[in-house]
Amino acid sequence: MTATSNVPAPAQDGGSEVPFIAAFLAVGALLALFIAARTPDAMMSAHAMMFLLAFIAGAFALVHHASSGNRLTQDVYEMGVVKAGVFASVFWGVAGFLVGVIIAAQLAFPNLLYFEDLGWTNFGRLRPLHTSAVIFAFGGNVLMSTSFYVVQRTCRARLFGGLTPWVVFWGYNLFIVIAATGYLMGVTQSREYAEPEWYADIWLTIIWVLYLVVFLGTLLKRKEPHIYVANWFYLAFIVTIAMLHIVNNLAIPVSLLSTKSYSLFPGVQDALTQWWYGHNAVGFFLTAGFLAIMYYFIPKRAERPVYSYRLSIIHFWSLIFIYIWAGPHHLHYTALPEWAQTLGMTFSVMLWMPSWGGMINGLMTLSGAWDKLRTDPVIRMLIVSVAFYGMSTFEGPLMSVRAVNSLSHYTDWTIGHVHSGALGWVGYVSFGALYCLVPWLWKRKQLYSNALVEWHFWVSTIGILLYITSMWVSGIMQGLMWRAYNSLGFLEYSFVETVDAMHPYYVIRMTGGLLFLIGALIMAYNLWRTAKGDVRAREFAASPALAPAE
Amino acid sequence: MLDRHDILEKRGLLLTVAILVVVSIGGIIEIAPLFYLESTIERVQGVRPYSPLELAGRNVYVREGCYTCHSQMIRPLRDEVERYGHYSLAAESMYDHPFQWGSKRTGPDLARVGGKYSDAWHVEHMIDPRALVPESVMPPYKFLASSIIDPDDAPEWLKANRAVGVPYTDEMIENAAADLKTQHDPFAADFDNFVARYPKAHVRDFDGNPGAITEMDALISYLQVLGTMVDFSVYEPEENYR
Repeated sequence: MTATSNVPAPAQDGGSEVPFIAAFLAVGALLALFIAARTPDAMMSAHAMMFLLAFIAGAFALVHHASSGNRLTQDVYEMGVVKAGVFASVFWGVAGFLVGVIIAAQLAFPNLLYFEDLGWTNFGRLRPLHTSAVIFAFGGNVLMSTSFYVVQRTCRARLFGGLTPWVVFWGYNLFIVIAATGYLMGVTQSREYAEPEWYADIWLTIIWVLYLVVFLGTLLKRKEPHIYVANWFYLAFIVTIAMLHIVNNLAIPVSLLSTKSYSLFPGVQDALTQWWYGHNAVGFFLTAGFLAIMYYFIPKRAERPVYSYRLSIIHFWSLIFIYIWAGPHHLHYTALPEWAQTLGMTFSVMLWMPSWGGMINGLMTLSGAWDKLRTDPVIRMLIVSVAFYGMSTFEGPLMSVRAVNSLSHYTDWTIGHVHSGALGWVGYVSFGALYCLVPWLWKRKQLYSNALVEWHFWVSTIGILLYITSMWVSGIMQGLMWRAYNSLGFLEYSFVETVDAMHPYYVIRMTGGLLFLIGALIMAYNLWRTAKGDVRAREFAASPALAPAE
Repeated sequence: MLDRHDILEKRGLLLTVAILVVVSIGGIIEIAPLFYLESTIERVQGVRPYSPLELAGRNVYVREGCYTCHSQMIRPLRDEVERYGHYSLAAESMYDHPFQWGSKRTGPDLARVGGKYSDAWHVEHMIDPRALVPESVMPPYKFLASSIIDPDDAPEWLKANRAVGVPYTDEMIENAAADLKTQHDPFAADFDNFVARYPKAHVRDFDGNPGAITEMDALISYLQVLGTMVDFSVYEPEENYR
């Protein structure tokens, strides 16, 4: 795929989609205008205006594109949209981590950070802002931009659909803005990681189908006989998220002019549908999608083939089959029938094996190139991400065992577990991919500074360790305090005593999050200078390409 | 068998279909039976749809993200039953769209908070949680006391809930706006009919401000009914083992 003789001829498609996009924008703008004019709901009015502005801006961009004669067929690959995705990833990443630090600080210092006249800054509204910003805004943009890059390079084909990838990019980021502003105004379905209301969900469905069309269209016109393993994972991520999103968000709006809707399913059925979705948002958004990154960027960066092709086949099919069953472990000892809990627990424990199979496939790809852990901090970040993946996918099955779960559920242990996966695995594999992508996309020989990557790595790693360990201690302690009995057979602690005991760990957790945020800012600066073409003066011979320590 | 994998690896559409089939199985087997197995929901007496004011309070509960810190699901464990009361039944949330079981207890479980504290306690606690509980980390919700509810919105909430399966009658929907006002006023003319429609509903001014129906009224009316509907004196746990 790197040999110049294999580069395909410039694609001949492009242009035929422009009338469709124009019609799409026009219909959207009319609908938004109608709703903005008619709705009595101030929040719906604000969102309709945002949609309207976005459609008008899109129309201007389309006219500009058509009139400037800037044909998309000039280059072999469409890399502009990947660059835009890298920008969006870094921006949303920093924003999402910042909100995380703020809400962690609210729990540590409630007297300082709550304002009785600013209801929209309360924890209950900011928490979905944090989770959505890091999962969907940061993670989603990383997944979209890397998938657009990887599918083109491994298929030796330009992205399908001309301007359609740009519609996907802007449409997805518009969804993020609608969701985020909605949370602050109090527009929410209260479904964890699926909080956006019905109209945002419909918009995301349209964009997601277009994403599938672009990705699958590119796969179908590939010049390689085989579909590369990273693309299986991207495809599973896109298809499964579509299924989960549609089913979990089924709801009846109060009216077409209202932001409010009521979930189609009641109580126990609603709970299992939500956690079938919730756990597979982890499984397919935060795992399958980022495993695709692992399967492309680690071999590419290490210049070694994937450890085992057969293991990757077993890994792929067993992972996607088993993951989907694991949801009920979020509902142990609840009013969900026990047979469903037991099924969920059983499959969660089984999930350990495909997870570690994938981890081994990623780690062992470094066979024969282990020295790069020392010389290339980007490889180290990628490999440590896989190590964190292994750790969280061991901890997860453990916590899904009903007896363990009776202690861990409802406590900070869950929060710590999520963050070891989110910061360690998803964060680091994304950072590693971004450190690879920016020099490749902007055609730079090396990063601005490897020393700053080292700084990012160590500052963030200390942050993650502070975060995870403090949440282990506070979670297990709180779980034990809730069930502690005194010698007379009475409950030993009132609830608020357990809250009081959390305070030092909340401060430590906030500090860990702050370090992680600082690391991300270091990365943002490094990537910015790299894109500009700068190389730090003292970066002599630090590049792994120049000095491999064999 | 692994050698035959190139059948899928070389066909994008076939691969897509295969993925969709493989990821559909688990969900279908786990979720679909919950809709037809009769044992899923226990047989109980007393659970009724929320009154319009309670539903307004529930809307506030959802909007403010209370579920991010409070569960509404008591597990059948000794310490939880002693701390919070009888373990939660599936029947208690059978009219909940969406469910509010939660996943984290930064604050205590609220499944049976109804009747545990006075209205005045809730008002003071909502305005300034640390005035009553110094160790609390809960945000203040003073603004609810000045946020007025429009009773004319209520019929649409009930209609949407009926569309998703909550058994609101035509009579309940016709009277929704009036019922919302009636629940705020013990001397209202329609008191008897209201209580017949919504048995055990608390009828009073909840926030100490009889002049206006606020979101504080609504939220407290919802909290005060939580976990109080089931008549446990006639509940037979042995008949409902699952």
